[in-house]
Amino acid sequence: MSSDFKPMSVPELKEMAKIIRTDIIEMIHEAQSGHPGGSLSAADIVTALYFRMLRVDPENPGWPDRDRFILSKGHACPVWYAALAERGFFDKAHLRTLRKLGSILQGHADMKKTPGVDMTVGSLGQGICAGVGMALSGKLRGKDYHVWVVVGDGECQEGSVWEAAMAGNKWHLDNLTVIVDKNGIQNDWFVAEEMPVDPLNDKWRAFGWHVLEIDGHDMAQIVEALETALTIKGKPTCVIAHTVKGKGVSFMENVPAWHGKAPTTEQAEIALKEIKEAA
Amino acid sequence: MPLGDKAGLKPAKPMREVFGEALLALVRENERVVVLDGDLSNTTKTLAVREAFPERFFNIGLAESNMVSIGAGLADCGFIPFITSMSGFLLTNGYDQLRLNIAIGGVNAKVVGSHGGITLGKDGPTAMAIEDLALVGGLPSFVILVPSDPATMHAAVRAMAAWEGPVYLRSSRVAMPHIYPMDACPFEIGKAIVAREGDDLTIVGCGIMVAAALDAAAMLADEGIEARVLDLHTLRPLDERALVAAARETGAIVTAEEHLLHGGMGSNVARIVAEHYPVPMRFVGLADTYTESGDPEDLLAKYGLTAEDIVLAAKEVVRAKRRR
Repeated sequence: MSSDFKPMSVPELKEMAKIIRTDIIEMIHEAQSGHPGGSLSAADIVTALYFRMLRVDPENPGWPDRDRFILSKGHACPVWYAALAERGFFDKAHLRTLRKLGSILQGHADMKKTPGVDMTVGSLGQGICAGVGMALSGKLRGKDYHVWVVVGDGECQEGSVWEAAMAGNKWHLDNLTVIVDKNGIQNDWFVAEEMPVDPLNDKWRAFGWHVLEIDGHDMAQIVEALETALTIKGKPTCVIAHTVKGKGVSFMENVPAWHGKAPTTEQAEIALKEIKEAA
Repeated sequence: MPLGDKAGLKPAKPMREVFGEALLALVRENERVVVLDGDLSNTTKTLAVREAFPERFFNIGLAESNMVSIGAGLADCGFIPFITSMSGFLLTNGYDQLRLNIAIGGVNAKVVGSHGGITLGKDGPTAMAIEDLALVGGLPSFVILVPSDPATMHAAVRAMAAWEGPVYLRSSRVAMPHIYPMDACPFEIGKAIVAREGDDLTIVGCGIMVAAALDAAAMLADEGIEARVLDLHTLRPLDERALVAAARETGAIVTAEEHLLHGGMGSNVARIVAEHYPVPMRFVGLADTYTESGDPEDLLAKYGLTAEDIVLAAKEVVRAKRRR
């Protein structure tokens, strides 16, 4: 692990989250395509993971003992790319190539193309299952790495999520933490109206997981929950993070239409200004 | 007449049992190999591994999608997972995951579909995999293996573990007679085996149809027609050289497969032949149809997958060749 990296404090993480949000808006604007809403809702969580929790080495992305991270809600990969770039896995200049021919940054994350991406994602409900496999590997090899998976609440409609939940319980995968980015909105409309998934906390608990619930934009709460997850033994942990889709950009917040469309230049300027001036 | 009798082949045990033995041997010698199963270990015959190496055996339950992705995760961490179930369920239920988590990433996972084709018999069409080769054909990074006898099954299981990348292997419920010596099997991924020499036509087969092709060749020889038999155990990468040589040297080709003709082995062979050296061809396989419950031999006969069917096709294609 590169020695010059120091896990960030909560105030530092808050500043970094603003940079990540800036990157998200800039890259999606440049691509004129992508998914800002779910990228922004996961921004604080992913920032806390990459700049405090994950033991990874940008110089050696394939380090066998690294912690694994999978963004199972793969359409939100701009937040992943931003974190990887800011963490030094590749040059930030690549962010401007998102979704363009020849880019290392595909529309949905591709493990063959992007350093630091451990699993190809894009069809929902699969990253979490792969995470179970990685956690099983850790147990089998006696490694102490942790596997972190971020899923969407809409994604929890996929049956395979619950297949993975059963498996995590069966093998007592306390080296696996799933974070539900519960922003309440999916592609078309609000999750509660499309196909309700609540009560999510009871569901995960019923599947044998330790459940924590937090405000997914309160950095202190995020850090505390993720650190607690590492201490829970004998069962996997699910952190239900209540988030706001489009968080940080007023006109995107809680508006389903911003699930998967790019801002115009004018909108991007307003968005970047809001992010910069936020507390 | 029992399969392989006319060609003088020795009977063998069911292929799924051969697979189970081959897998157990592999698990014994390679500590990276782990086995995933979907509540069918007694069916696919991974049971022996389950008993001998419980810590390297994962029963995922009835959740094929999850099983495929868990396998991808294990592979990504350096294990060589053998993901097994009945082909008809594994490929259809797990296809999204096979495509995304394994094929697109080129992940080093091994997928074994047991009970390929119609010879699983009495369980009927809902459990039969008559489209597995076409489905895996739609996953470009997958090597596709269809062993034809116990020796090729053993060799294929070893070879797929040594191959870096995704591999699909079709296993079967029924027995296929011994074609090659167990200790000297000329199996190599991507290299078709000439199982019989001949100049009048070539019969290209895979799986159970190789023994049927050898029977057919013996019957044709009685009538003065010498058929070459090509065992196309690897459907990807296709042995183009052997196929073009067959077209050039024998001038007529019959393909025989226990699979839908649409998207199966024959259509892929035809593409190569048409491009490089067009010759008359005939195709033995399942026309666009599902079959029914029944004994394997009865099903093969009713749906046109016997040595006699190959003989008819061979005579037709030789006539077509002579008319040219």
